[in-house]
Amino acid sequence: MDVVLLARLQFSFTILFHYLFPPLSIGLATLMVVMEAWYLRTGKPVYRAMTQFWSQIFAINFGLGVATGLVMEFQFGTNWAVYSRFVGDIFGSALAAEGIFAFFLESGFLAIVIFGWEKVSARLHLFATMMVAFGAIFSAFWITVANSWQQTPVAYHLVRHAGQIRAELTDYWAMIFNPSSMDRFSHVIVGSWILGAFFVMSICAFYLLQKKHLEFAKRGFIIAMIFAAVITPLQLFIGSHQAKTVTVYQPAKLAAFEGIYQTRSEVPMWAFGIPDDKSQSVRYGLPIPGMLSWLAKDNIHATLQGLESFNPDVRPPTFLPFESYHLMITIGLYCIFISWLGIFCWWQKKLFENRWLLWIFVLSVIGPYLANELGWIATETGRQPWLVYGLLRTSEGISPAVDSPSLIASLVIFSLLYLALFAVFIYSLNKKIQKGPQC
Amino acid sequence: MNLNMIWFFLVGLLLVGYAVLDGFDLGVGILYPLAKTEEERNALLEAIGPVWNGNEVWLVAGGGALFAAFPNVYATLFSGFYLAFILMLVALIFRAVALEFRNKETWGWWRKLWDIVFVLGSAGSTFLFGVMVGNIILGLPIQANMDFQSAMFLNLFHPYAILVGLFILSLFALHGAMYLHLKTQTLLQERVKQWTRFWYSAFIGLYLLTTGALFVKQFSIIRHVQAHWWTWGIVIFLIIAILSIPFCLRQKKEVTALLASGGVITVTFFLFGMGLYPTLLPSRLDSTWNLTIYNAAASEKTLFIMLIVAAIGLPFVLAYTFGVYWVFRGKVYTEDKLL
Repeated sequence: MDVVLLARLQFSFTILFHYLFPPLSIGLATLMVVMEAWYLRTGKPVYRAMTQFWSQIFAINFGLGVATGLVMEFQFGTNWAVYSRFVGDIFGSALAAEGIFAFFLESGFLAIVIFGWEKVSARLHLFATMMVAFGAIFSAFWITVANSWQQTPVAYHLVRHAGQIRAELTDYWAMIFNPSSMDRFSHVIVGSWILGAFFVMSICAFYLLQKKHLEFAKRGFIIAMIFAAVITPLQLFIGSHQAKTVTVYQPAKLAAFEGIYQTRSEVPMWAFGIPDDKSQSVRYGLPIPGMLSWLAKDNIHATLQGLESFNPDVRPPTFLPFESYHLMITIGLYCIFISWLGIFCWWQKKLFENRWLLWIFVLSVIGPYLANELGWIATETGRQPWLVYGLLRTSEGISPAVDSPSLIASLVIFSLLYLALFAVFIYSLNKKIQKGPQC
Repeated sequence: MNLNMIWFFLVGLLLVGYAVLDGFDLGVGILYPLAKTEEERNALLEAIGPVWNGNEVWLVAGGGALFAAFPNVYATLFSGFYLAFILMLVALIFRAVALEFRNKETWGWWRKLWDIVFVLGSAGSTFLFGVMVGNIILGLPIQANMDFQSAMFLNLFHPYAILVGLFILSLFALHGAMYLHLKTQTLLQERVKQWTRFWYSAFIGLYLLTTGALFVKQFSIIRHVQAHWWTWGIVIFLIIAILSIPFCLRQKKEVTALLASGGVITVTFFLFGMGLYPTLLPSRLDSTWNLTIYNAAASEKTLFIMLIVAAIGLPFVLAYTFGVYWVFRGKVYTEDKLL
């Protein structure tokens, strides 16, 4: 089998599996800070129980994030040797900064958060929780910076070193704050917050339906719902700002996202549809006229580049970027709607009696999980055929020493390992949820 | 002293830090099948419970530092050792899962299953690590383009590499035994003392055998090491450290004994590093294709920035590590009458 395809399959499988965990860590840690600060303010034991309960779930999730992250830390070397040599000077330094700063911060203070309730003062404990949240966000910062540099490479020059061309750093801060890093970072963080909020709402709604831990569940639900109601619309603005950056720096990706085949003005945005490369058009779709021109360039008459204006060998695929991008947006809009529906029912004092709505909230957590994954699928497949945009092709970046039997073997090994890890995750989560909070 | 040399030293420091710290909890995993009763097994797990996770963060930090400072080594090594390295990671992950889940249920088969996973994960990852080190000593099939001719797996298991694998296994087992001496008392400590006798002899035997074989298989490393007069001081320190271990145990100087076994690991890796320096990965095809601290390094600018990152970050790393060990100091609690 094709080694490039196998290496890509393995990377996408391991990274998508890994990315089930970090967003929840970021989201839960942030909500834990809110809950614990509220505990210090009000002194009500229910908020302490809340912080403890969610920090135990955080710990399970964090453990799986570390285990699957260990694989990611080395996979650039095992499977993408040429890429590692080419970008090591830049990408490696961001990854090392993450390892040295963020991981130690997170795992160090987590020990205090979990075991230190009786050992340190309440204020110091809150500080530890804040440091865990900060560590999780800081970790996301470095890895998102590293990815963003691949999307919009700046602050480098190409140098021949030891017989091979590579990108070397010219300006550290310009590399960190490259054109897409802050957009992508804020999008990732808010996406993680949304997942955290929907996760808390899901389990609280489950307890409400079971008529268990009512005090805990009601208060937890309200905190998470208010948080979700604020940040879900915020994500809409961040996302549309990111679309502007893509328009400037990766026009081919935008064209793939929206199925723009011909360069034209008044470009519509599709509510849904299927891009068809054969007929060079989007089929079975619902267009919103001029919407994309307006989003990308603040003018419904603006002209946007179509795929036809790019050489066929630098065009991204259309189906995966288009569908994952649109599904992500649809889920994002759904999250706004459902959060505000919850707020409305709460205002009408009908929220906790409304069983079908609570069931919807139990299941809605699947949405942000999916949307977080889909966002990455969209942005990574939309970058193709490039590994580093405009500099290194994906097909050129793999490890020459690794043959397809080895790749098949490692894929099988990872599949078995991750199947076991997933079982372990579900088992632990279920056990924790069945046991419930201690209050 | 230039940046490349500093980074050779720093990456070495992180990896030795990993070997010394994770070495003893891996060692406890290797000794684990010797524990006879459920109480003994629980005491062993309790001894490493709060610390093994932090120890493994050193591996992540070491991997990141290697990528940033010597990207060519990162790329060559992990793609070349492909399956062996992935199996080592998988063994470490399974081991972590076993540690987390063993005591979640009381069913017999459940604990038995995770016990087996824990032992295989500990011994397997240690052995594979040693085999990879052994292959670096033998020289690697590195070509002009810095990649292996083809990824190695079955051909990794050269007799000398297997010998190094067994040697590292005994080294970590001994180190783990020293840690258990520190964490246990009375009857259980007596049991650990019995295990130590076997592993101490095995360690000395394997050390002599590995060093002897090194004279035959790769004399260049010996030549490198003995090129400086002060290396004899290091070798004498190593011998004293090894011989002091039984003495410290008899005197109940458990901390000193653990420092001695940690010192043995540090010095052994230091001599290994010296034997290679300034090469990081030797090519057995052509020595001009060796990866050295110069042709494998990142640019001077990156090395300098990373030095600042390390200068800010490493004190925190050390403070955190010491903090955790301080909080969880003291003997693990077992009811002696149950033993």
